[in-house]
Amino acid sequence: MSSTALTHEQTVTPATSAPIADALAMLGRHLQRIKAAPGVMILTQTMPITMLLFFGYVFGSALAMPGQEYRAFLVPGLLAATAANGIMVGMFQASQDCHRGVMDRLRTLPMSRAAVPFGQTAADLLTTAIGMIPLILVGLAVGWRIEGGPLAALGAFGLLLLLRFATSWLGCWLGLLIRNEEIAGQLGSATFILPLLSSAYIPTDNLPGWLRTVAEWNPISAMASATRELFGNASPAADAAWPVAHPVAGTLAWSVVLLAVFVPLSVRRHARGGE
Amino acid sequence: MTTTYGVLSEGLEKHYGDVHALRGLDLAVAEGTVCGVLGPNGAGKTTAVRVLTTLTAPDGGSARVAGHDVVREAGAVRAAIGVTGQNASVDGELSGRQNLRLFAKLLRFRGEAARARADELLERFELTEAADRPARTYSGGMRRRLDLAASLLTRPRVLFLDEPTAGLDPHSRNQIWAAVRELADRGTTVLLTTQYLEEADQLADDIVLIDQGRVAHRGTPTELKARIGSYAEVVVPHESALVPAAGVLDQLTGTEPVLDHERRTVGAVATDTTLTLPRIVRELDAAGVPVIDASLRPPTLDEVFLRLTDRGDGRTSPPLKETAA
Repeated sequence: MSSTALTHEQTVTPATSAPIADALAMLGRHLQRIKAAPGVMILTQTMPITMLLFFGYVFGSALAMPGQEYRAFLVPGLLAATAANGIMVGMFQASQDCHRGVMDRLRTLPMSRAAVPFGQTAADLLTTAIGMIPLILVGLAVGWRIEGGPLAALGAFGLLLLLRFATSWLGCWLGLLIRNEEIAGQLGSATFILPLLSSAYIPTDNLPGWLRTVAEWNPISAMASATRELFGNASPAADAAWPVAHPVAGTLAWSVVLLAVFVPLSVRRHARGGE
Repeated sequence: MTTTYGVLSEGLEKHYGDVHALRGLDLAVAEGTVCGVLGPNGAGKTTAVRVLTTLTAPDGGSARVAGHDVVREAGAVRAAIGVTGQNASVDGELSGRQNLRLFAKLLRFRGEAARARADELLERFELTEAADRPARTYSGGMRRRLDLAASLLTRPRVLFLDEPTAGLDPHSRNQIWAAVRELADRGTTVLLTTQYLEEADQLADDIVLIDQGRVAHRGTPTELKARIGSYAEVVVPHESALVPAAGVLDQLTGTEPVLDHERRTVGAVATDTTLTLPRIVRELDAAGVPVIDASLRPPTLDEVFLRLTDRGDGRTSPPLKETAA
């Protein structure tokens, strides 16, 4: 039997930490996982398209808004809902890592502790950016248009990705808290309700008073209104709650708050192994 | 001569809620030796490994691994250790090769070196054929071998193995044993936990028996066996001779004999090292007890373990009771 030493062994591990190289290695790991099992990724990315067709043509026919107009309203809403989906994905991935034990190995390596959650959220950001393209193409096919300037449109995409990044950190923290992939999967499915309580699919103006307040303080509403404003599809409602009346500032504020809270919490929780 | 220790812990305490997993655990593993930590489920073996590998912070006491404090110098400890846990800690969605390359990169191997090291370890642990399949499709033995390979990317100064061969086929078990022996020969300190006494006997220079979160006994396998003496067993031709035979053994050994009606045997632990087999047979003969077979042999580690942990528990009588007929 050959020896474990062989020829390529390295005895010394440099004590210097290389957080960026570590985060890139972890990012590569997540991309390899998607490549090995693309099913879940395809399912999550095609869901909004199914919903666009379902809501746009089936439910839309019962709404006061004409069909064409509703579909143009719906596309930015679905993009906003996708941005919030980071909670579900982040929660599932983080809890799966804890549950299956690979986290223990990562935590005994002399690597940067922050690289694990950063690698996960960066991979999620990359897949979301690519995953939004089919939805945008189908959106354009059913009559949605980018009616604002190109800079504003870029701003809309940037904002969508920023909120996605923020929600995936929230999801990551929840996953490290739950540490059980079945429970995380079930809770993740329940996050489906969040965009329903926002202006993603319907205008909030006609909701009863208290429900309207809840919906307008939902970050997804600010995101949906910001997307509609930047794509030139609709102006924000002036009489709405502050995050919706000033949707770009509102979305930025939500994202910054989520990141400021959940980046340090997730990094710390990961370093302590969920204890 | 000063001894340097690969692992040194003093009074380690850890509790989870009301459960005291570690109650003042003292361990001292001299550098370059193999220490076998034996204990039943719930004795605190896994918790001890988790504290020593920086996965869990202790609630009290202190520990140094490869000369570094596990709490204050956790990074230096991590750079010096390899860990193979009870559950294979690899990514099941990635292939064996991808797993090893990922961990190699995280250990600062450059691209080409990471690939080369992964490939040679795959070959070393007979995983080359399965190298590109997702690790979740591996058998238990293959996963454990991959897990051990991941712990040996760099040569660890201290290797922790938490029940490394539990539930494995003999081939995988032998491969893991061979790797452990080879590492020990090259100077790596090894701390392995096990429920298999044979494993500790085969691999360990020193054995530590732990029970309820603290050390019950320690010593070399030979010392531990000597401490408990030997085991006398007598086979009689019919059941009616069991009780008289037990009476003689009781008198000779001073310990309570165990009666097995099914096999018609009486056994007793003999702590008196001057006791010989001819004397046992002579005494039995003198008492008119018919004997068809008799033996006086070193106790198995199972017997050592049962007696020593029970005594460590504070109970005085040995755990040897009459077996039901």
